[in-house]
Amino acid sequence: MQVNDKTEFVPKIVAFCCNWCSYAGADLSGTNRLQYPANVKIIRVPCSCRVNPMFILRAFQRGADGVIICGCHPGDCHYTTGNFYARRRMTLLFSMLDYLGIERKRTRVEWVSAAEGAKFAATMNDFAAQINELGPNRRLEDLRCRQN
Amino acid sequence: MQTELKKRALELLGDGTVDRVIGWQTGEFSYDMTPAVFTSAEDVEKNFVYNDFCGANVSKYLIKECVKGGRILAFLKPCDTFSFNQLLAEHRVSREHVYIVGVACDGMADVQKMKAAGIDGIVGLTAENDTYRIETIYGDAEMKKSDALAERCLTCKSRRHAVHDELIGEEGEDRPDSGRFDMVAELEAMTAEERYNFWRGELSRCIRCNACRNVCPACTCENCVFDNAASGIAQKAAADTFEENMFHVIRAFHVAGRCTDCGECSRVCPAHIPLHLLNRKFIKDINELYGPYQAGADAGAKSPLTSYTFDDAEPSIVRERGRE
Repeated sequence: MQVNDKTEFVPKIVAFCCNWCSYAGADLSGTNRLQYPANVKIIRVPCSCRVNPMFILRAFQRGADGVIICGCHPGDCHYTTGNFYARRRMTLLFSMLDYLGIERKRTRVEWVSAAEGAKFAATMNDFAAQINELGPNRRLEDLRCRQN
Repeated sequence: MQTELKKRALELLGDGTVDRVIGWQTGEFSYDMTPAVFTSAEDVEKNFVYNDFCGANVSKYLIKECVKGGRILAFLKPCDTFSFNQLLAEHRVSREHVYIVGVACDGMADVQKMKAAGIDGIVGLTAENDTYRIETIYGDAEMKKSDALAERCLTCKSRRHAVHDELIGEEGEDRPDSGRFDMVAELEAMTAEERYNFWRGELSRCIRCNACRNVCPACTCENCVFDNAASGIAQKAAADTFEENMFHVIRAFHVAGRCTDCGECSRVCPAHIPLHLLNRKFIKDINELYGPYQAGADAGAKSPLTSYTFDDAEPSIVRERGRE
């Protein structure tokens, strides 16, 4: 029996983007023809504070190797205060994941405005490179969901 | 202590201040004191028990008792009063339905520690100064109190009652130096791999009995996420290492900022998982990042997760602290 171990690792990255800033930022980076990895899967949410901590765990369960949450800059939230709550929540959740021994580089929060197409692309490139370096997510995966 | 509590319960029942009492009675084993509601003087006379095995926090039961109407007498230890105050802040209990008699407490016994010391068949317990006199079916035994106290009591945060109508015994003080975050700090100082292995060892014992959720005075949702079949984690057994992690992260996160650190989760865990270490991590982070906060200390205070400041720490702080 031969085990195919030559398959190249292509990280799966989930990006939660808020509808008002970061999603528009992603759109802008597209219209500007800026490149970012195709394995970044964007999920549009109404606001960064819509991201339930369970969404992040769920993403890891279903095979994500990294999860990034993008929202409006603090103070610029479309709903005035949503990202302030998200910021506290995510800080505590990431700290807890780190406490459980999950690599702390697998999670990130970035504030990307609708005008920052370049920042969006740069952030995604940087994050993808980081995840690539870390390798596949093995500490917080669900074996039943593994596909390869 | 038991005689004083009983006497006071009978007086308050007798003069009509309250129409029932919540306290403890002997459960399946005589070291297994279980919360109970007493509705008559005879009942109190016959079944009411109070000793150092009465670690159970009765605050959560008051949610249902408040709905029933009337007035109930609750004997609350200092840590229980914090839970009560937190429930009050969340409008889950009403102050006028509960008459609180604060009971001074200098720690509760952990039967596991007694068993580990080879003391089996326990049928009774009396505390004398620094010693526990333990009655067993094999004869009497003795144990130093400091060796038999529950972990959560050794690192007790406060012996002061956050709320009470009257007190039995001396009012205690806050204990900011009890070192309750020592173990968390120890874990934080480990490498990620060591931490991962530590938690795998602990959490893999989880049998998903949900006792930690059921006993938690902060877990009071009528529809719990863990009972929602669509949540994907409503199973009665964790099928995968991921589920074990997920359940405990979510459970701890749901009470973050509201957990008073009463330690009930660890007490009831049949697999002896140190669940309070997860809750304490959140408490420690909140204290460090958003300023000292003790849930339940003040029923009017705003929880740190429902408030914010413009200059809060960015989530990247997690990457900057500690070891990889």
